[in-house]
Amino acid sequence: MSRTAQTESNETGLTRASGLGGFAADWASDQRAFKNVSWGKAMMWIFLLSDTFVFGCFLVAYMSARMSTVEPWPNASEVFALHIGGENVPLILIAIMTFVLISSSGTMAMAVNFGYRQDRRKTAALMLLTAALGALFVGMQAFEWTKLISEGVRPWGNPWGAAQFGSTFFMITGFHGTHVTFGVIFLLIVARKVMRGDFESGRRGFFTSRKGNYEIVEIMGLYWHFVDLVWVFIFAFFYLW
Amino acid sequence: MAEATAHAEHKQPAIKLYLFVWGLLFVLSAFSYMVDYVGVQGYPRWFLIILFMLLKAGLIVAVFMHMAWERLALVYAILLPPVMVLVFVALMIPESNYTLFTRMAFFGTAP
Repeated sequence: MSRTAQTESNETGLTRASGLGGFAADWASDQRAFKNVSWGKAMMWIFLLSDTFVFGCFLVAYMSARMSTVEPWPNASEVFALHIGGENVPLILIAIMTFVLISSSGTMAMAVNFGYRQDRRKTAALMLLTAALGALFVGMQAFEWTKLISEGVRPWGNPWGAAQFGSTFFMITGFHGTHVTFGVIFLLIVARKVMRGDFESGRRGFFTSRKGNYEIVEIMGLYWHFVDLVWVFIFAFFYLW
Repeated sequence: MAEATAHAEHKQPAIKLYLFVWGLLFVLSAFSYMVDYVGVQGYPRWFLIILFMLLKAGLIVAVFMHMAWERLALVYAILLPPVMVLVFVALMIPESNYTLFTRMAFFGTAP
């Protein structure tokens, strides 16, 4: 995608520097640093930045616990294996969960695109599909938790080794699962608004009593992609490492 | 009304790009799963896990979250601070090693 002109023009006909010069000019300018980004989008990004630190702290805590324990760390490959057709397939449920979440991110990205094209029906349908995939993910996570708990994994111990395995597992995947659950709820709320045509009729929202537009779909999408993003890191560090 | 014009101008990449990235994320996830399935161990394993993780994260942020089309003012404000987490990691590695050392020294257990 080559959109790297040295200047960009906006609706007022003024040109705005791009590149590093533009970065300096934006941050040194009056009133607002994020020039062509609405407050809603900027605030969602800043919320996601703070959430990055929350998950960053969890993963650093996990690293410290795993590095400092004197007992061997349970082998995730075996712990999360499923017994299918007479043999143990390592990590298969986690792999499926990963594919489900990535698919939900794909449908969400397309929902945002159709939203900006004012295609109400497709936007709502894709958002509902995203919510369904998210719910499927949470369901599989509940299954995984049930299986592990029935095998004796607790926050204070487990049959295979270091006690910290249980606490970090429940903490990290639990917090992530909570994010997915809230995402599903908000997806359903926004999908309903899209379906009803709120963003075309200028109907006011229940909480802020502001009129919404299709950018809300994109902001919702940012949150959803972030949930997928966090899972990429959890998958790499907790399940694969 | 300024908002509305800003949106009319909102550049939207083609659906094809999303489908391509989606496919790429599937392939990369399959690769990172294969790392475990095949049983690569040690440094090659860690290298591959982190490589696929960063590629996936980059694709999600750049394309799905539209970061590739944002101005640098936002890109730097959001993407640079998380890099500081690496400082935290660098602090906690010697700390963890020290904890392990004291545990072994005083409880007499070896990992």
